[in-house]
Amino acid sequence: MGTINVSKKYTAKERAYLPAILIGMKITMKRFIEGFFFRKHFTILYPEKKRDYSDRFRGAHFISVDENKTENCTACFLCETVCPAECIHIVADEREEETNIYGVKKEKKPLSFDIDLLRCCFCGFCEEACPKDAIKLSTNYEMATYSRDEAIVDLDQLKRPMNGRHEKKDN
Amino acid sequence: MEYFDFIQLMAKILLVVGVSLGVVPVMVWFERRGAAWMQGRVGPNRVGPFGLLQPLADVVKFIMKEDFVPKNANKFYYYLAPLIALIAPLCALSVIPFGSKAIVNGQEVVLQIAQMDSGVIFILAFAGLEVYPIILAGWASNNKYSVLGALRGSSQIVSYEISMGLALLSMLIVYGTFNPHEMVAWQSENYWGALINPFGALVFLISIFAETNRLPFDLPEGESEIVAGYHLEYGAMKFALFFMAEYVAMIMASALISTLFFGGYSLLPGMGTLVSMISSQFGFGEVGVTNVTAVFQFISLCSKVGFFMFLFVWIRWTLPRFRFDQLMDLGWKILFPLSLINLVVVTVMVYFLNQ
Repeated sequence: MGTINVSKKYTAKERAYLPAILIGMKITMKRFIEGFFFRKHFTILYPEKKRDYSDRFRGAHFISVDENKTENCTACFLCETVCPAECIHIVADEREEETNIYGVKKEKKPLSFDIDLLRCCFCGFCEEACPKDAIKLSTNYEMATYSRDEAIVDLDQLKRPMNGRHEKKDN
Repeated sequence: MEYFDFIQLMAKILLVVGVSLGVVPVMVWFERRGAAWMQGRVGPNRVGPFGLLQPLADVVKFIMKEDFVPKNANKFYYYLAPLIALIAPLCALSVIPFGSKAIVNGQEVVLQIAQMDSGVIFILAFAGLEVYPIILAGWASNNKYSVLGALRGSSQIVSYEISMGLALLSMLIVYGTFNPHEMVAWQSENYWGALINPFGALVFLISIFAETNRLPFDLPEGESEIVAGYHLEYGAMKFALFFMAEYVAMIMASALISTLFFGGYSLLPGMGTLVSMISSQFGFGEVGVTNVTAVFQFISLCSKVGFFMFLFVWIRWTLPRFRFDQLMDLGWKILFPLSLINLVVVTVMVYFLNQ
């Protein structure tokens, strides 16, 4: 009824089994010669060569700074609110009025800005929510650390000028 | 006189054991690199030139690891199994001739560790011993997967030993001797055994793949079904012994099939002229010619063994693993009748040709 019989009559050549083995061995020999004599491989030799990801790749975060190396972040808490993994922790503070050269533009500043990279799911919602283009996701995907504590990055580690997402953190 | 005998025996043992154990790391490297090349990968290439020191790094790791014994294991058999696994194929190598004879200090040295008239029986006895480490390891480590692997291994080896023995028997009828030296001499005078008895060679080749637990017959280890089979509970250097034993068994099987079917140490075509060329170039006498011939005979055997080692790796990365019932079908329903028919045909042919 519901069964489909997929068995078929095998030809004598197929039943002998050895010709098929020889064909398979021919293929592996071809690959072996390609690999051994012509060094053909599909592996990316990782630490020396890195895979190119697209500009839209969402990697490690950074906080963009302006020409005075002051962070663009105004501690509005939008990213912390939108974050589905709850990995962003901001402590807000006020800039002192007499030394603030930006005036009302940057009245507030983050006292601390911690991102727990182990909790982060790299969804990019923080980047979308940010009204100041302060928090961005770079294309850097090398975030391995020796301990869990090191995976929580603070403001000093996050700050870098926004000159494209590809650039490395320059500090 | 006795002193000389002792020295030459030790030298031969040192050569055979040294070469076979020295080839193991190279084969481990080649197995991994060869697999990578066949699959379009790179393989281990970080440690040393071309990754050649990778086995050394592995050995350091094996030595540094904890020497762990499962709580409910039978300690005696647990430790005994890897030892048998390594020693049995090494013993079997002792009757493989690796050259006809050399003349050292005016005395003749037969290039074979143990000169036995029943050499082939000796090899079979020690090849048959290979089933014990598998059973012992599987049972002694007190793990259900190990026992499953051991059961698979023992039934597989016992099944394939029959067709292997029958294929061997047909060659014994052709050569009319048990002595490996005389077999090689017969083959260098006439034809290679594989040309006279191709079906026997084929059955024997398939059987040694099963005997050494290599793919496509590596069911005792079957990673996807029973974790690692009989050596699941083994770690550190004890696992390394199993690992080495696998390769030594491969060397032994390759040496055996080259001796029985592919002319053993008899010179490859073209080597004879090379020997005479070298001898005339340096003006060697009879002693020199014998020794140069012995060197080339050793090279000839090594190249044949090397080819079969390559074949082991080549087949491993070509074929998938058999299912167990397919394995038994192949062993009992195809290879066993085939080798029986082959034995009868060879016997009849030898009878009529010798008349």
